[in-house]
Amino acid sequence: MEGTAVRGRLTWQTGTVSSVITETADTRTIVFDVPDWAGPGGIKQRAGQHLDVRLTAEDGYSAERSYSIASAPGEPLAITVQRLDDGEVSPYLTEELRAGDQLEVRGPIGGYFVWDGESDPLLLVAGGSGVVPLRCILRHRDRLGVSTPAELIYSVRTGPDVIYRDELGHYRGVELIYTLTREHPPGWTGLTGRVDAAMLGKYAWPAAQDPIAYVCGPTPFVEAVAEALVSLGYPPARVKTERFGATGDVNG
Amino acid sequence: MADTRDEVALDGNAIGGLLHEVFGREMTTAVGICGSCGASRQVAEFVVYLDCPGTVARCRDCTAVLMVITRQQDLNCVDLMGLASLTAQG
Repeated sequence: MEGTAVRGRLTWQTGTVSSVITETADTRTIVFDVPDWAGPGGIKQRAGQHLDVRLTAEDGYSAERSYSIASAPGEPLAITVQRLDDGEVSPYLTEELRAGDQLEVRGPIGGYFVWDGESDPLLLVAGGSGVVPLRCILRHRDRLGVSTPAELIYSVRTGPDVIYRDELGHYRGVELIYTLTREHPPGWTGLTGRVDAAMLGKYAWPAAQDPIAYVCGPTPFVEAVAEALVSLGYPPARVKTERFGATGDVNG
Repeated sequence: MADTRDEVALDGNAIGGLLHEVFGREMTTAVGICGSCGASRQVAEFVVYLDCPGTVARCRDCTAVLMVITRQQDLNCVDLMGLASLTAQG
């Protein structure tokens, strides 16, 4: 099935894992080398896109999954994967995969949930591992050197679930707001509770500043946040959404 | 994105790869008009269920079935009967 990349064609390519980085107890970033990725024959990568991974067992059974791209355009390709205990693919990617292993990928995919360096104030709202494409957007913003005002509202169950914690703290000009939904540890100075209209009304860019919002997380999280933003005056077309099916649990 | 593929409603972003394979181009920004209620939305906004079996996209406004894609051997069978139109952008 693998073929030479034809311009604009989406073809399965073989990637070789160059490193596996432990992000949290159940989350790994997998960096891999794909010779034709975004090359002359490939599709240009944009921040916020995803790719498909295909695993094929020895008996020929294969499974495909989509993962958001964690790396900015121009960087070595990376995805960040959260292990789901009842998952078919993520336990292998997070537990078994080692540097030097190969896997089939195709991409980059998507033209809707993308950010190309525009100057409108950026509101990024993440539930759990929904932070991955938003991290890609922040890395892209940083590499472009643009001064687009940005804020990230990041909802996680507990403090140790925060992915990319050190990195997120280093971006200049990015307001970072964490909210914990399952605990309120002593000394915690961030927010607690779900992202709702009251929280967004207090912390998100006012609609009058013509912001653009990117919301990514589990389906109920995304729908609650998008609805709240529209209730605050964000035009629906300025609220870009991407839903994960990983968990039905609101606020990831 | 999804790993367990049960009955969780996703959105059209999740089938960007499949649609690119079928149409030969980026389709999540294509605009579809629902044949039932007339709502006009980008494919990325459709409600999508994987492995129903097959992939089913529904209208976010009226829940009518817009697209059904099933794979038999290596062939994709594409049913767009619920769409009044589907127009690729750019």
